[in-house]
Amino acid sequence: MRLNYPSSIRIIRVPCTGKVDVIHILRAFEKGADGVYAVGCMEGDCHFTSGNFRARKRVEQAKKILDGVGVGGERVRMFNLSSAEGPRFAEYAREMDQQIRDLGPNPIKLALKQAA
Amino acid sequence: MIVADKKPMEEIIEQIRSYQNVLILGCNECVTVCEAGGKKEVGILASALRMYFLNNGKDMRIDEVTLERQCDHEYLEEIRDRIDRYDAVVSLACGVGVQFMAEKYLSKPVYPGVNTCFLGVTEKRGLWTERCQACGQCILAYTAGICPVSRCAKRLLNGPCGGSTKGACEIGKDVDCAWQLIVDRLKALNRLDDYEKLFSIKDWSTDRAGGPRKVVREDVQI
Repeated sequence: MRLNYPSSIRIIRVPCTGKVDVIHILRAFEKGADGVYAVGCMEGDCHFTSGNFRARKRVEQAKKILDGVGVGGERVRMFNLSSAEGPRFAEYAREMDQQIRDLGPNPIKLALKQAA
Repeated sequence: MIVADKKPMEEIIEQIRSYQNVLILGCNECVTVCEAGGKKEVGILASALRMYFLNNGKDMRIDEVTLERQCDHEYLEEIRDRIDRYDAVVSLACGVGVQFMAEKYLSKPVYPGVNTCFLGVTEKRGLWTERCQACGQCILAYTAGICPVSRCAKRLLNGPCGGSTKGACEIGKDVDCAWQLIVDRLKALNRLDDYEKLFSIKDWSTDRAGGPRKVVREDVQI
């Protein structure tokens, strides 16, 4: 398909989105990521039954924590698609990229730069 | 196990705001099982606190350690060599661990990171319910293995009160009437005759009514 998606996105592969934990999302922000999104299978289609539901809950938890610490919960999102939906993957990537660009850089990244 | 619940992060932030070096200390036992104060929760809290203070222009060092237990000398001793590096400790152990930590390290301020709730079970993931109040004189042998001290709102010992309706307690429709459960189970065990036996007044001196309690076992003391 040779589809394009923004080069700002770094993919971290996990066996299932059920593997993604709150701490993984928080660490990404602590290290300076501007946004994090989890892309799981369609709801009801998880090979491991409930991995994508777990991920959704953890994304929600991370949102709350990030709101609490002033980074902003809107920097985390969860998307669902099937593995056959390449165009939609690229579309979500562009959507997330634009959303984060609108929000601006992660304040932690700026604070880290200032502290250094 | 001892069941605890997370404290709101804002509360912890207020407590440690004035310090420079803080240790977040987790416990591998009960609070790990009830997902309130284990290694994972320590990591999440520490990460969130680091981000909060960094974002608010405060250069603060927040480290993470999780001990096997915080209610035994030998495990708390494991941090003796590094405790001086910190101005304060946030313990995510139950109230027991927080206090033992405070007793062992007299000059170190210790703050609780969880609210200790009760002695209970994991009914399912994310649902913990009370089963024991540690009254010091177990009567489960006579109540079909269901405790009226912890599960009856009035701690009644001789059958239900008038508030028992369709198996539910009068304090809430989602609260089982302990005595309904006891009678149902006695029936299932074919031991309903036990229900006829009267409990005399319970000696509450082994409960909290007798003040702080202790168990002395000379046979195991060295």
